[in-house]
Amino acid sequence: MKAATWMSDDPLNERLLHIDPRASRFDDRRVRELPELLHDGDLLVVNDAATLPASLGGKREDGSPMELRLVEAPVAGEARAVLFGAGDWHARTEDRPAPARAHAGERFQFGHGLEAVVLDVDPKHDRLLRVKLLPNGDALWAALYAAGAPVQYSHLVKPLQLWAPQTVYAARPWAVEMPSAGRPLRWELLLELRRRGVRWARLTHAAGLSSTGDDALDAALPLRERYEIPDETVSELESAKSRGARVIAVGTTVVRALEGCAIERGRVLPGAGETGLRIGPGFVPQIVHGLFTGMHDPTASHFALLHAFAPGALLRDAHAHADRAGYLGHEFGDSALILPSRESI
Amino acid sequence: MELENTSVLITGASRGLGAALARELGKQGARLVLVGRDRNALDEVVREVRKAGGEANGIVEDVGDKDAIHRIAGEAAALVGPVDVLIHNASTLGKTPLPLLLDTECEDLQRVLEVNLVGPFRLTKALAGSMALRGRGLLVNLSSDAAIGAYPRWGAYSASKAALDHMGRIWAAELAGTGVRVLNVDPGEMDTKMHADAMPDADRSTLAKPDVVAARIGSMIRNDQRWESGARLEASRWEVSP
Repeated sequence: MKAATWMSDDPLNERLLHIDPRASRFDDRRVRELPELLHDGDLLVVNDAATLPASLGGKREDGSPMELRLVEAPVAGEARAVLFGAGDWHARTEDRPAPARAHAGERFQFGHGLEAVVLDVDPKHDRLLRVKLLPNGDALWAALYAAGAPVQYSHLVKPLQLWAPQTVYAARPWAVEMPSAGRPLRWELLLELRRRGVRWARLTHAAGLSSTGDDALDAALPLRERYEIPDETVSELESAKSRGARVIAVGTTVVRALEGCAIERGRVLPGAGETGLRIGPGFVPQIVHGLFTGMHDPTASHFALLHAFAPGALLRDAHAHADRAGYLGHEFGDSALILPSRESI
Repeated sequence: MELENTSVLITGASRGLGAALARELGKQGARLVLVGRDRNALDEVVREVRKAGGEANGIVEDVGDKDAIHRIAGEAAALVGPVDVLIHNASTLGKTPLPLLLDTECEDLQRVLEVNLVGPFRLTKALAGSMALRGRGLLVNLSSDAAIGAYPRWGAYSASKAALDHMGRIWAAELAGTGVRVLNVDPGEMDTKMHADAMPDADRSTLAKPDVVAARIGSMIRNDQRWESGARLEASRWEVSP
């Protein structure tokens, strides 16, 4: 599938492939038609994480250029991060030269007063580090926002400004890549959904990196990610369940948070948690009935997750159709809605 | 809007009414993010609020700078969580002594609009979506009687404030039913540096003290449900009530 190389100026006019797993059917729609595909009472759950400028270009102690990509927003100044050698997003991650191994205590300088000290190197993946970011305390955020840029990949044609990878309801900057399923949603659409009786709920999930260029590390993605589920969302889920309504996740991060919480804590509970749940063929969702998501290639871990919502043969046919029909992939690409008809739940 | 533990962002908080609002809302338990261009002055306000037992964080940025908006939004939410109350207090008069419109440079008018109108629009756009999703939020536009009266020499500032008021009414109309509300508040004439810049010969003894006006605005925020969203209020007509 061809990658979208930049954002469109009319997201509601982007394409939407509606896949109905019950009827084994798919059909071509536009994002603006989403209200026709949802019903009064359906519950749409979004990830309201804002996107951090998590790409930090800097220098190692010997002066050689490097890039650090945070895997998560820092908590008390500490975060996991992936080390890259020279170069930046213009090169494909898999083509970039491997960096020299980092060692605990090594310092990286990023300008604007921002520094990282390596706390440890992951025993299995030597580019995966745990770092302490400096300055300490509240001043860290100003330094991070001054020195950092949004993480981006070589399929884009220009550097991303900080406003570009934000959804229209973004709040706390927990994500290091945009929770991009929600990107085409506009308030016009959200308000129209609500007028038609569709309910909204939110959670915050710290979406991590989607690719590092290191095969072994990429195979381990997504790493454990933290989430927070508000009380109101738990009530909305309970209410949806009691009235037999469908729960539609906007993005795979929402599926991971809700299903991860349900499995690891017994049910969806309010509050903060962390999940390492990996979803693929054979996984039976307990909470989520449908998924609104971006278009991605069948090789990506994202595609594996889709198998929890539709049979592999239907997904492959739908993907081949989207490819032929010129759908675009990646974070600024087209969307899919995998949702059974209401009668089937 | 209850202020205890509520996240409040105030622009133009390093002096004048913005600093007074920071001290007032800090006392009432708000979790403050204060935005201003002057690091030293802003640090001093942050220190004052903390010394009085309040919570405050400073962000040194210019609201009139497009690139600063998502830095402000992101840092604010990282520091105090999703913002519940957004107070657009920062504003500039433009060139002083205030020129007639015929003598106003186009670039000076543009700068006034960037700071007083476009900056608040951008920052609202970055923050109010989360408020609407959460079903809770209050936008406060600091207005002026110059938004209504057509005083010679106040052209750039007046036009920017009239537009800010009107945009506030449109925000209110578009956000009706979402739980996000809007108040346009005219603080009245105050004894501030801005007033002295605009009217150096004014009798300062006739001007309200920013702390007194801030206490009134704090009370209006706590009682915001008394008015329709989008209402235009004069601080001088409001007595502080609990």
